[in-house]
Amino acid sequence: MEEKKTDLSKYSFRETPKFVKVFFTIMKYLILISACLIVVIPLVVVILGSLKTHADFLESGAFDLPKTLHFENFRIAFEDGKVMQGLINTAIILVVSCAGTIITGTMTAFVVQRFNMLFTRFIKTVFLGVALLPSISMQVTVFQIVHMLGIYDTLAAPIILYIGTDIISIYIFIQFLNNISVSLDESAILDGCSYPRVYWSIILPMLRPAIATVLVIKLVSIYNDFYTAKLYMPSDGLEVVSTALYRFIGPLGSKWEIIFAGIIICIIPTLIIFLSMQKSIYSNLVSGAVKE
Amino acid sequence: MNKTKNKRTLLEWVKSYTGQKYLTTFLFLLVPVVLLILFTVIPALNMVLFSFQERDELGLSARWIGLDNYKTLFTDMSYLKTFINSIYYFVGSFVQLALALFIATLLCSKIKFAGVFKGFIFFPYLMNGVAVALIFQRFFKVDDGGTLNSILALFGSDPINWLTNKSLNNWCLVFSSIWRYIGFDILMFIGAIQSISPDIYEAAEIDGANAWQRFWRIVFPSIRPIVALQLILSIKGATSVFEIPYVITGGKFDTSTFVIKTQEVGFTFHKVGLASAMAVVLLLIIIVITIIQKLFFKEER
Repeated sequence: MEEKKTDLSKYSFRETPKFVKVFFTIMKYLILISACLIVVIPLVVVILGSLKTHADFLESGAFDLPKTLHFENFRIAFEDGKVMQGLINTAIILVVSCAGTIITGTMTAFVVQRFNMLFTRFIKTVFLGVALLPSISMQVTVFQIVHMLGIYDTLAAPIILYIGTDIISIYIFIQFLNNISVSLDESAILDGCSYPRVYWSIILPMLRPAIATVLVIKLVSIYNDFYTAKLYMPSDGLEVVSTALYRFIGPLGSKWEIIFAGIIICIIPTLIIFLSMQKSIYSNLVSGAVKE
Repeated sequence: MNKTKNKRTLLEWVKSYTGQKYLTTFLFLLVPVVLLILFTVIPALNMVLFSFQERDELGLSARWIGLDNYKTLFTDMSYLKTFINSIYYFVGSFVQLALALFIATLLCSKIKFAGVFKGFIFFPYLMNGVAVALIFQRFFKVDDGGTLNSILALFGSDPINWLTNKSLNNWCLVFSSIWRYIGFDILMFIGAIQSISPDIYEAAEIDGANAWQRFWRIVFPSIRPIVALQLILSIKGATSVFEIPYVITGGKFDTSTFVIKTQEVGFTFHKVGLASAMAVVLLLIIIVITIIQKLFFKEER
């Protein structure tokens, strides 16, 4: 999506008295700084707390600096708290379901958007129609299917669900294909390309920006999903990041310094990815939402 | 001219473009359609069917009971309460959008470090939901160093029972929810504001419009479709709140939401029939919202 960016700051409007201007400017910064403080304060408490010993944590106030830097909490959260296991499982689920979604999603979109047959039109309508179904409360009946297939309490359950119920990705691919000219396909066919070949050599490379959008959306949604893993993978050793954190509430309920360390470990990958690809996350999320 | 064209062998048919088309359609759609049927179509049909039954989660004891499940939903106070609780989140979503619009406007004006501010305010949107919920469980904690009470103590206030006080706790949860999601609205609004054509500003400049007029006459009308889209998304979100109340209060002290109740009924009390009826009601609400959205957007175009 090519957007024309407007830098509002280039435009100066009718003169207002200087003191009014200064007042407004100060107010603007004050409001934005307080907004940032509201975001940061709950996090600062977490960072400070995670570095305290249990005794220090209980004695000191929320905003007191730790007496000594104590990194033991991170080790406990990582190993005993199963955050490491959670990160590994989440990574496996992410890679497999992203690959799966991209393959099935682009293939579905290609067939449904390019072949104008009664059957494909029907399938397209069904796919777009079911996007309305509220996925969380649908789990009441999905649960039985998962059980019946024998994938309950395995990594396969969330993977298959993330691939099989991701209508939004298909929708984004279809929208994107609408804007890719059919003449490219046609000229390839004149050159003797088969349809699978057209998909592989022309459509898939052209869909690269849409794939980026889908990847960003899936990365955010799967990494942060809690419900699916909680419902379908109750066993030890099958934690994802969210459920590993959730389980902290039980045995570690009174040890907040360790919960805090767990929270930080789980946010760090997000922070690294955010800082390293901020622009692309912004633009892909916006174009994904606009296409929905 | 060529008679053999009518009597093609199977292989030739496969190689022809019509044959290829059917074959490609079949092969490409096989997996997605099977998945669609298994995980969406069958569950959706079952959901409607089960809502008229009394049954446990694996369907070992199924019995038709007509509309009884729906009657329970609309007469039993503990279910109605979850509908009422979603009103807090509806109100919250309006506040969230208004605030987001305000902050987005500020970030689009002549300001230094706009990118830094945007980054800070947006980041919670990317954070893990359970992490956010745990952070706010601590934030609103009443004893030994809850963040908010510690701040209030600096001003000499006594600790407040944020999460157990029934007139405050839902607002606390709404606040946590706004904290988490507002960044996305801001991002969308900034995108929309920046795509407004510069010509319109020039015209406004010549006409001598002040900031207030510029916002209501130029910015707001131009981004109205995005505001409407975000509003619909937030309303849909308000009907399906889960993680934040589930982790922070566990749905206790009158903070249960529709989705928490559905999963409690379905998986803790094993009343799958009743839970299905709840899911059907939620689906109907979402369909109504979507129809309104479609009507609204037609008008816009």
